[in-house]
Amino acid sequence: MAGQQQSEFSNPLINWIDTRLPIFTMMQKEYGVFPTPKNFNYFWNFGALAMVTMVIMIATGIFLAMNYQPNAALAFDSVQHIMRDVNYGWLLRYVHQNGASMFFIVTYIHIFRGMYYGSYKSPRELLWMIGVVILLLMMATAFMGYVLPWGQMSYWGATVITNLFSAFPIVGHPIVTWLWGGFSVDNATLNRFFSLHYLLPFVLVGVVFLHVAALHIVGSNNPLGIDVKSPQDTVPFHPYYTVKDSVGLCVFLLFFAVLVFFAPNFLGDANNFIPANPLQTPADIVPEWYFLPYYAILRSVPNKLLGVCMMFGSILILFILPWLDTSRVRSARFRPIYRQIIWVWVVAVIVLGVCGAHKPEGIWVVLSRIGTLYYYLHFLVILPILGKLERPLPLPESISRPVIGGGGPIPSGATARPMEKA
Amino acid sequence: MRVLYPIIVAALLAGAVATPATAQEAPTPPAQHWSFDGPFGSLDIAAAQRGFQVYTEICAVCHSLEYLHYRDLAGIGLTADQIKAIAAAVTVPQGLDDNGEPKDGPATPADQFKVPYPLPNPLQQGVTHTNEKADRAAHNGALPPDLSLIVNARPGHADYIYAVLTGFADPPPDMKMQEGMNYDKYFPGHQIAMPPPLHEDQVTYADGTKATVDQMAHDVVTFLAWAANPEMVERKQIGWRWVLFFLIMAGLTYAVKRKVWADVH
Repeated sequence: MAGQQQSEFSNPLINWIDTRLPIFTMMQKEYGVFPTPKNFNYFWNFGALAMVTMVIMIATGIFLAMNYQPNAALAFDSVQHIMRDVNYGWLLRYVHQNGASMFFIVTYIHIFRGMYYGSYKSPRELLWMIGVVILLLMMATAFMGYVLPWGQMSYWGATVITNLFSAFPIVGHPIVTWLWGGFSVDNATLNRFFSLHYLLPFVLVGVVFLHVAALHIVGSNNPLGIDVKSPQDTVPFHPYYTVKDSVGLCVFLLFFAVLVFFAPNFLGDANNFIPANPLQTPADIVPEWYFLPYYAILRSVPNKLLGVCMMFGSILILFILPWLDTSRVRSARFRPIYRQIIWVWVVAVIVLGVCGAHKPEGIWVVLSRIGTLYYYLHFLVILPILGKLERPLPLPESISRPVIGGGGPIPSGATARPMEKA
Repeated sequence: MRVLYPIIVAALLAGAVATPATAQEAPTPPAQHWSFDGPFGSLDIAAAQRGFQVYTEICAVCHSLEYLHYRDLAGIGLTADQIKAIAAAVTVPQGLDDNGEPKDGPATPADQFKVPYPLPNPLQQGVTHTNEKADRAAHNGALPPDLSLIVNARPGHADYIYAVLTGFADPPPDMKMQEGMNYDKYFPGHQIAMPPPLHEDQVTYADGTKATVDQMAHDVVTFLAWAANPEMVERKQIGWRWVLFFLIMAGLTYAVKRKVWADVH
């Protein structure tokens, strides 16, 4: 038949569908036989883990929304109703609540993997930038989700974060009023945050689709950071990586289950068990752990506007990371200095996180300023200069080469030759 | 570049050492042994029932337990008949009678715990929220918090509630107390509006347990910990099943992975 595509599937029903809409051919191509570098380590699990977590979040969120009341007078009560009266409501909610933390844990590790192995470099710049959009969407969604239980920290967190926009001259206060839908965080704010908290995850799904589509155009990076040279360098995605991702998934879900069932409020704040009270500010307003480093950057700057810009800048800077890093070698394995300073950056982020959890007094101000300074120094000064100065180790000829003959450490010199092209 | 490691270690140590500097003004509540501690922890049913008695006879005079219904008491091992009897002994608003007048009547297991202050809408027991003004007026300006979530809602959790209940003492001579306030070693700021609530032999336990202040505090905290997390026992039981399942699955999947990958070099 003209215009109809040929299908290799023997099952008549699948064949019938596939000749008209080749989704099975597509799945087979993109997830079945998709050629994937054969040298992934377990760091390459985390994209799949983030995908699974996203599905878990959407599934639990839909059922929570069936029982939740986005009304300032009822929200806190309805969450308790879910926890106490809805069948397995506590399970849905604890999975959703801790799922947000798990989503950030796996995403942060996923981002770190990209930075360590240079996955953002040509030709994967756009793939990386779409990833940064995903991170921003996640952060917006998580922030608005945290407001929904309408506890003290929900309310005051929302107040502090939305007030950040008031730092901008002229447009600042109108923006804040517009965000609130009134002159303080109130019912209108809760309503719109609920609406957006339900919308953004589906936007996220769309952007994740683009992320995966872009990945399948340029192909995966790998721990050696060199291009796939021949079919010998790859294995089909299934069964090799479906099974390897499954191993990681089981371990991840084990960790997730321990948190949900044995310490569901470990990452939470005691204040959020107190209903929102606009007349009483908690002693210390702290965001969830995954926002602490940004919060520390914000508070490390004495000027509010500059602090807000530095905070947003700390993520926006990731958009231009592919051009800030001037080294043409991708993997940190072959960059003797980068593979050390990337850890200094990690320590700086962790120090910032610890600072974010403490009141900005004494040592914490000093530490968060040093951390902020180093964070920016890493991207704006060290990476551009390092790429020019650093002498990379010789790169292996291909992915298959170094593992031939026992798979020991990468032989230096003998099989290696200078990098031709990034 | 080895020189970086000492710097990293020093930065981490600075973080660790600087932490205690922000300790709160009130001392850390000493850790108690609780039946619900840890992943194997369960609920001491007898203590929770005694704690319910302490709550009913002492705390309930001022503190509500808004998120609990009488039916929930099955969670501390009371039978349906016992719950019915407990509810029936309480008079709650029951909407309007045929003449449109507010009507009171005995509670049923489906009713929420009665709150110890006038409701914002006296017709309606249920759909919560305190009449804060009436509540403060009755307590010299202080607001006795609802206890449904109190164990979750304070840092230190059960240990902290126990410490506050047993931490009443005479104020240090150099401390100036506000009028009507009481000194408590563990309450932030040390001045608490609640007078010492527990006194020896204030309740008579049916099971013959001696009602010391420590015993009553321990029992009522066990009860309140249950009230804050009524799903806890079931949650941990289900949790062990999932943990075992994922452990076995991880092992099996890893074995399959080894086999699948055996031919790749």
